[in-house]
Amino acid sequence: MATSGNNSINAKLVLLGDMGAGKSSLVFRFVKGQFLEFQESTIGAAFFSQTLALNDATVKFEIWDTAGQERYHSLAPMYYRGAAAAIIVYDITSTESFERAKKWVQELQKQGNPNMVTALAGNKADLEDKRKVALEAKNCGAPVQEAHTYAEENGLFFKETSAKTATNVNEIFHEIAKRLPRAQPAQHPAGVVLTDRAAEHSRTSACCT
Amino acid sequence: MDEEYDVIVLGTGLKECILSGLLSVDGLKVLHMDRNDYYGGESSSLNLIQLWKRFRGSDKPPTHLGPSRDYNVDMIPKFMMANGTLVRVLIHTDVTKYLSFKAVDGSYVYNKGKVHKVPATDMEALKSPLMGLFEKRRARKFFIYVQDYVENDPKTHDGLDLTRVSTRDLIKKYGLDDNTVDFIGHALALHRDDYYLDEPALDTVKRMKLYAESLARFQGGSPYIYPLYGLGELPQAFARLSAVYGGTYMLNKPECTVEFDEEGKACGVTSEGETARCKKVVCDPSYLPNRVRKLGKVARAIAFMSHPIPNTNDSPSVQVILPQKQLGRKSDMYLFCCSYTHNVAPKGKFIAFVSTEAETDHPDLELKPGIDLLGPVDELFFDTYDRFEPVNEPSLDNCFISASYDATTHFESTVTDVLSMYRRITGKDVDLSVDLSAASAAEE
Repeated sequence: MATSGNNSINAKLVLLGDMGAGKSSLVFRFVKGQFLEFQESTIGAAFFSQTLALNDATVKFEIWDTAGQERYHSLAPMYYRGAAAAIIVYDITSTESFERAKKWVQELQKQGNPNMVTALAGNKADLEDKRKVALEAKNCGAPVQEAHTYAEENGLFFKETSAKTATNVNEIFHEIAKRLPRAQPAQHPAGVVLTDRAAEHSRTSACCT
Repeated sequence: MDEEYDVIVLGTGLKECILSGLLSVDGLKVLHMDRNDYYGGESSSLNLIQLWKRFRGSDKPPTHLGPSRDYNVDMIPKFMMANGTLVRVLIHTDVTKYLSFKAVDGSYVYNKGKVHKVPATDMEALKSPLMGLFEKRRARKFFIYVQDYVENDPKTHDGLDLTRVSTRDLIKKYGLDDNTVDFIGHALALHRDDYYLDEPALDTVKRMKLYAESLARFQGGSPYIYPLYGLGELPQAFARLSAVYGGTYMLNKPECTVEFDEEGKACGVTSEGETARCKKVVCDPSYLPNRVRKLGKVARAIAFMSHPIPNTNDSPSVQVILPQKQLGRKSDMYLFCCSYTHNVAPKGKFIAFVSTEAETDHPDLELKPGIDLLGPVDELFFDTYDRFEPVNEPSLDNCFISASYDATTHFESTVTDVLSMYRRITGKDVDLSVDLSAASAAEE
């Protein structure tokens, strides 16, 4: 759930999509500005936060990566719980990953909250010569997939991205931030988070001085 | 799945998920499977449809109860001591970032037919209607002794060696009557029976201090905290920890069979015709039924209500302890209530549990004293489940089996079992040296 106060919005964002579509690479590019050509499957870090300053608000994303639990369809309900936004990622060089992305859209409609801001990212857009999923519908005979129409029909906003060249990566997160509801009253009472008091103190003193 | 793993974990109950997380963080290659298509095993939280399927044999719960997904009904209802070992493990593993907690609003005790707030400090003792005027003063002196007691500072011991003096003798020194002893032992020190009276007093004093320190931590009405959306979130959060550190998760794997080599050591697990090899197997009792024995039985009632438990100051979440002596039983009974304030039910709905170690085969009769305290209920379910403990020798068969969840109100015994299993699996202790006195709750 996006919670807000003083024009600052905290939003949980979840990534969905099949293995190898580039979910972690997208986050890594967005959060660290880096790209690793031979990224290992996600190990050790699957939780990032990144703050975006917009004109009317500051959005702090808490980004959840799947940690490999998508592989055998064992993502837990808690993964979707309270998510304000989702990015469903596929690989434009794989029709299979696009078909799987459609399944993830259905899964999200079942599990997620109905007001979620959802984006579809056609990743690896730098690999134009290996493209299998078309951007727009074509009138030629070949039964090519076209992502744009699918996204429109399903109320997703859509961009083709490249974590490698950084194309549209910041843009897709910015667009999500812009679309998040402002000043949405918390639907449920907020709980407490267990933290270390030392950390809490440093934060408190930082905001009071 | 035809690979070799260091450890295969079967069942995604809380104990198995904590172990899976700790072992993955250690760098071991872990495969974690469950026969169900959901996380949590015995310690899951069910939505309405799952609950109706399990207890009413129908997947159509009455519509007036509201949407199925608004319910998270714990199958093993427990609270967490705010300063207890589970909180320590959560902070140690940083799993706290996946969860939100709220304090539990009230802690009560049943005494002579009435429900009273549990006095936990010297000041509260002075106000409590549980005791008469002179008894209050005696109790206050005892509370001050416990609060000031520091294990490694003999000056605070008042000349008593609590590793030798029995609880009974310590209490006698303060001249407390049986009634006071009953609520101190059962509602503050959270003993389940009366054996503690003849044990060294140190354990009871430590338990009282844990209660008081947990109570002070959140300035709530109880020493307990509880996760938003129910306890089923805990195994999911530890499973995520395990996955983040490379653990592989497979749900919905029927008939997981442990394979043994000629020496009788576990060497793999077969499911759906595929075998994954491993060095060790960790599982709950249901996956190796021939290597466990029945230890006892828990009787439990689940009640849906449209009001809080009467006489608890309208607390939306609360615990009430009914000490065994008050009911003429061998073991205590507990009420546990949670509601929409912890996101386990829709607004205005309350879920109460009555549970105890079963002493008969009639849970409805046995639980009646607790159910009578609930007032009118909208729906009532009865349930009993057997408790098992392992009888195998892990050094011979490489199988590490957890004990079933007991009827205690909190997780201390659960985590004790997990930590001792971890020690047996890895040969080392979990370093839980988080600065608990420095840990607190931050408003999100």
